[in-house]
Amino acid sequence: MAHTLSPPVAAEQHLVGSWQSRFLRSTLNNRSLAIGLLIITTLGVVALLAPWLAPHAPYLQDTANRMVPPIWHETGSWTHPLGTDRLGRDYLSRLIYGSRISLFIGLVVALISGLIGTTLGVLAGYFGGRVDAVVSYLLTTRLAMPVVLVALAMASLMGGSMLSVTLLLGLLLWDRFAVVARSATQQLRDAEYVQAAQALGCPLPYILLREVLPNIAGALIVVATLEVANAILLEATLSFLGMGVQPPSPSWGLMIAEGKAYMFFQPWVITIPGSALFILVLAINLLGDGLRDLSAPGGRNE
Amino acid sequence: MRAFVFKRTLIALSVAFTISVLCFSLLQLSGDLALSIGGPEATAEQVEQIRVEYGLDRPVLEQFTTWLWGAVQLDFGRSYYYQSDVMDLVVERLPVTMTLGIMSLAIALGVSIPLGVVAALKRGSWIDRMAMAIAVTGQAMPNFWFGLTLIIVFAVKLQWFPAAGSDSWQGFVLPAIALGYYATPAMMRLTRSGMLEVLEADYIRTARAKGLRTGTVIFKHALRNAVIPVVALAAVELGFMLGGSVVIETVFSLRGLGQLAWNAISRNDYPVVQAIVLIIALFYIVLTLLADILNAVLDPRLRAR
Repeated sequence: MAHTLSPPVAAEQHLVGSWQSRFLRSTLNNRSLAIGLLIITTLGVVALLAPWLAPHAPYLQDTANRMVPPIWHETGSWTHPLGTDRLGRDYLSRLIYGSRISLFIGLVVALISGLIGTTLGVLAGYFGGRVDAVVSYLLTTRLAMPVVLVALAMASLMGGSMLSVTLLLGLLLWDRFAVVARSATQQLRDAEYVQAAQALGCPLPYILLREVLPNIAGALIVVATLEVANAILLEATLSFLGMGVQPPSPSWGLMIAEGKAYMFFQPWVITIPGSALFILVLAINLLGDGLRDLSAPGGRNE
Repeated sequence: MRAFVFKRTLIALSVAFTISVLCFSLLQLSGDLALSIGGPEATAEQVEQIRVEYGLDRPVLEQFTTWLWGAVQLDFGRSYYYQSDVMDLVVERLPVTMTLGIMSLAIALGVSIPLGVVAALKRGSWIDRMAMAIAVTGQAMPNFWFGLTLIIVFAVKLQWFPAAGSDSWQGFVLPAIALGYYATPAMMRLTRSGMLEVLEADYIRTARAKGLRTGTVIFKHALRNAVIPVVALAAVELGFMLGGSVVIETVFSLRGLGQLAWNAISRNDYPVVQAIVLIIALFYIVLTLLADILNAVLDPRLRAR
């Protein structure tokens, strides 16, 4: 069928190809982007394939094998490579299933807050004036609310669960999206192609969605990575404090809370889930840093 | 300038009002208060009596104005659990949280400014890269986990500092490190970029051309200008830290506002929760207002906005 392609389509395909190879090349040149992407992809695959990868069921209790140390201790065994917890549940399996909670909450929260923040920011940046004043006011109010405290209080009212944590954080973390979308849109408002669209009488949704949004998407993706990381840390914090995801879910923050009582003699009960959190958030931040470098052609502008 | 300060103060006041409305709605959302105060044993008449006693039978608007009028006079009502004035509880706990916040800020400034300056002066060197590594890891570390790790290493293994308690200054060292590390990356990045920008400026070149010693140029001319936005950011970070104290105080069992808030949340003691949320928000509002004014005093271009 290749010979029937009309020239513009072929040209487009050529463009796509070169964009992909350019992306591949700059990814390999950009070390933090490559490392971040590699770790996130690995963890994403682990999360998706959890039922096949986990050696045991994450909720299966085995009272004969409680607090088995991980493999690097003399008494560790390959049956439980990362040991077991106080109820004899396999730590590696819980860790693998826990990655699903972190990734799910991170992504959905970024989606919800991205939707709220981008809408507010684009409207404020595009219209300016009174709309801008209202959005700025909302933003100032939101920033004055202590996130952890408000999230804790609301989660305890709603009852801690994955759904309530996701919704709460989604409704709380839109501030950075709004700030970035607002200033990026302000810069675009007077761009020639936006003015051309206005002069042609394009409907407002068309201008905002087809002319403005694609041009601020790069900056928003960088914010999105930051917010995914932020949401994952906050979910862990809420679950650690007992107001987030509830037992017996294998949330990493909850695993740290449950291990707290044993951490003096078996420090690995908090080291393992803590390191998992740290590596995941680090990888997401590296990805964000790398993407920012890609979108700023002058190199790092910190 | 006076108009700028007036406008900003007006915005700050109205934001404070909005937050107080939100705090009050928190109490309304928590369900039938008379039932939760009375407890599961209370009879219908007792619940009714509580409703009248606490003014819960009044219209919502009237309840709100009563509460707000009290809050303005620093009267936040009585705690359900402790059965004492909320303000007494807050005043008792506030010094611990303030000590923690100020110590954390001192640690964060003490680490981030020297590192940021050196990183800017030796751009691309191993120190610069190390500073960046500290920034990146600092942002990725869950602070409650970092706190627990500090306890295991420095309190249990090495026994340098106590693991819990706010009786002596030593008890504040580990929590202040845990809380301060979180604020370090942003302030260090800002110091570094500020220094890089200032070092390019004409007056630095002039100072160098005049033959002033490098140390004088860096500390008297460059740093003094680069550090201004960092000080403003530090004010904002202090506000964040007061909010973040709920996690660190719980980890280290410090009897501060944050721990009080957590206890109150787990016991559905909403008058206390409301008061703490409002007080921490007010601190943040005042600190950002001061930061804004500080920035505007030092940089006239900002006043026009």
